[in-house]
Amino acid sequence: MPAIGPVEAARIPTPVVRHRLDGERVLRGALLTGFALFLWLFVGYPLLQVLWRSLLDNEGQFIGVANYVRYVRTPAIAASITNSLWVSTAAMVLTVTLAFVYAYALTRTRMPWRGFFRVVAMLPIFAPSLVHGIAFVYVFGNNGILTRQTGLNVGIYGAKGIIFAETFYCFPHALLILVAALSAADARLYDAAAALGASRLRTFLTVTLPGVKYGLMSACFVVFTLVITDFGIPKVIGGKMSVMATEIYNQVIGQQNFTMGATVSVVLLIPAAIAFAVDRLVQRRQYSLVTSAAQPLAPGRSRLARALLFVYCATIAAAIVGVYGVIGVTSLVARWPYSFAFTLKHYRFDTIGGYTPLLNSLEVAALTAVAGTVLAFVGAYLVEKCRTIASGPLYVASILPVAIPGMVLGLAYIFTFNAPGSPLNRLYGTLALLVLSNLVHYFTVPFLTATTSLRQMDAEFESVGASMGVPFWKTFWRVTVPIALPSIVGIGMYFFLNAMVTLSAAVFLVAPGTELAAVAVLLMDDAGDTAQAAAMSVLIIGSGLLVRLGFWWLLRGITRRTQAWTATPSEG
Amino acid sequence: MRRLAFSLLVLVLFAMPAAAKDTVVVYTALEPEQITDYMKAVNKTLPNLDVKMLRLSTGDISARFMAEKDNMQADVVWGVAATNMLVFKNAGLLEAYAPKGLERVQPLFRDKANPPAWVGIDIYMSAFCFNTEIAKKKNLPKPASWADLTKPVYKNEVVMPNPNSSGTGYLSVASILQRMKEPGGWKYLDALDKNMAEYTKSGSKPCKDAAAGERAIGVSFEYVAMKMKKDGAPVEMVLPKEGSGYEMEANALTRKAKNNAAAKAFLDWAISDEAMRLYSKYFAAVSVAGFPVPEGLPKDISKVVYPNDFDWSAKNRDRILAEWQKRYQK
Repeated sequence: MPAIGPVEAARIPTPVVRHRLDGERVLRGALLTGFALFLWLFVGYPLLQVLWRSLLDNEGQFIGVANYVRYVRTPAIAASITNSLWVSTAAMVLTVTLAFVYAYALTRTRMPWRGFFRVVAMLPIFAPSLVHGIAFVYVFGNNGILTRQTGLNVGIYGAKGIIFAETFYCFPHALLILVAALSAADARLYDAAAALGASRLRTFLTVTLPGVKYGLMSACFVVFTLVITDFGIPKVIGGKMSVMATEIYNQVIGQQNFTMGATVSVVLLIPAAIAFAVDRLVQRRQYSLVTSAAQPLAPGRSRLARALLFVYCATIAAAIVGVYGVIGVTSLVARWPYSFAFTLKHYRFDTIGGYTPLLNSLEVAALTAVAGTVLAFVGAYLVEKCRTIASGPLYVASILPVAIPGMVLGLAYIFTFNAPGSPLNRLYGTLALLVLSNLVHYFTVPFLTATTSLRQMDAEFESVGASMGVPFWKTFWRVTVPIALPSIVGIGMYFFLNAMVTLSAAVFLVAPGTELAAVAVLLMDDAGDTAQAAAMSVLIIGSGLLVRLGFWWLLRGITRRTQAWTATPSEG
Repeated sequence: MRRLAFSLLVLVLFAMPAAAKDTVVVYTALEPEQITDYMKAVNKTLPNLDVKMLRLSTGDISARFMAEKDNMQADVVWGVAATNMLVFKNAGLLEAYAPKGLERVQPLFRDKANPPAWVGIDIYMSAFCFNTEIAKKKNLPKPASWADLTKPVYKNEVVMPNPNSSGTGYLSVASILQRMKEPGGWKYLDALDKNMAEYTKSGSKPCKDAAAGERAIGVSFEYVAMKMKKDGAPVEMVLPKEGSGYEMEANALTRKAKNNAAAKAFLDWAISDEAMRLYSKYFAAVSVAGFPVPEGLPKDISKVVYPNDFDWSAKNRDRILAEWQKRYQK
């Protein structure tokens, strides 16, 4: 090799650096393309399929909005819209009211057992929605235990049953939001109110409520969306009342009338989409509420209020524990309510082929947790840290899934993955498709969690890494991931728990060999094998709780090892 | 990259069919608890078959089978109502096949064509479950006929299956319409609807609801009524005196499985003596003569059923269901 002159020496390293940068750019581009392709293939394209199919007749001829006209003009079917709106609104008001007082007691008093009450209130998250309907039938049904004891029949089948069971099911979702909202309070406002001589009621109306109005609105939208898109509870306890979600189920599963299913789906997308849009607007404003000068609020000291709220929380907690107790007991006795002899026969599941559905569910949930966490975190990283023109659209596409009801997604996947001649058909009837549908259905919350956690990290890490010539994936692996590990673990758990209990998309996608536990609960209840349905519910709840405990234990270890840097001087 | 590799791995692992055994995809509407019993025998007699089964109510499984006609999943349809088999045959979804031992099957129980498109295995019929405990508490008389069910005393105490999803539901409705002829039959169903607390998805649920005391009367089929009684539930079985509706359940090879030897082996087994002996534990009649009738069921079902015109039931199925939905689905 000839000697290199000074000029060349200065020029030579440049191509080397450029070369490595190019490699990074190619990889980054490939990842971005992959992510975009995923969102298109599993979110955008299937949704368009649903929209398109609602404009066709059953023979595939374009007929415009004729399906919608027929839908609205059939009085019986149109009634499902009114029914849906009415039960969703009622359940929303009831849930948010109950959860608000509960959250208030948890955050604004020094009531004893607060930790216990908080944990108990989370229980409904571990069960498929319809479990609450089954429990209500066991207690308040025509031959429910309470009806038998008191002789008073509340007439649980119909709107009443749907509203109450949905309230149980949605309670933790509303509570989480309201606890967060009520935790952020500025004591200075309360001091000012007291100094101005405002009464308690006035303080509550002019300080407390306005302070949490965004949280309240958020809770309302979340509950409304959950109720209007849930079909498990109306199916079990709705009696003759049909709502939009059960209507889709009947049209598709019962009659394979995909056109009408698509039409109802699109109609069902409207309230969910409005709730989603308003919620986004609300969240955007919420950030400025608590300023850096805010003082933390000291919980009130009134003994009477504390005692009343304690009784209130104890009642609700007892009711929630009661629901789970009833499910547990019915799964263990020979014939509720005629014979309370202890038996394990309902746990044999001989009518559904034993434990295969439960094992399938665990497999799907575990795969969803792993694949979902990777996808959500890498996706958030690509959108957040690799700023390109694609960032905006990708962000929107990533938060869109939350507005898609599970059943609509399931239907969309049938259209996409069971189309004649399509190469995507290989996925139809596989566990992989179930994993993918869970991934998409529950993508938004983990994506936003990951985004938030990435935003909290200084962009300096990337710049320093880049200036030291470290490729971005190394920075990602060595710095970003360890710092964000607690939220990564949380994301995994969120995916896992939801995949265990989800019914809505799965019910359209299960095939021979891919039965799932939550769907088995539905089918067993359909067939009248309620005790076995209860037994399967117990196992779903049990495995969820076990995994939750495992995660908690894991998280403690991880926090100790990777989060030492967050410790405040007083602790360290 | 990791993400891509991982999703690829997931796809490859699960999109691959199990290769070791011969796979047969079976769609069935038989009762889940019976299937468990039958499958034990299948696994022993045909150890090389990997049977993947989808069990749904008659209407649901038929609708799914029809809807998948362009991307057919099922190799075998097993124990699905003959009425629906006629519909499948007309839609060209079945492949004629004469299973081994076909000559033993009574002529009434098979498709007339040779080789037959479908071969029957059993007959079941509608029956009411009546909860005697609830009856005592609410002072309800025991119903003896279809006509009794419309009496005002039973308001909101009766459940029956939705004929759209349930074979039991459809055979009951079809039988009523055949017996009372059309305008009269619908008038009866209107009156029945006034007493109906709910239309359930499956045919066994009404009786199980009655057994649990959630409803006083459940319109189901005979086997589930006997079973609930034997299990200790306070229920009586009622065979309506006008005659029960009945339906035949049959097997068929699908168009997809034309050259699937495993599917044919399964169909051969499904009418074998071993299979018939198992069926006869659950049904009032099976398609091969000489098997005992379960205890508590009538020895000669021709005395208790109203004759069914299967062709009429099949030809008018869509129209009847549409009319039924229009009237009662709210």
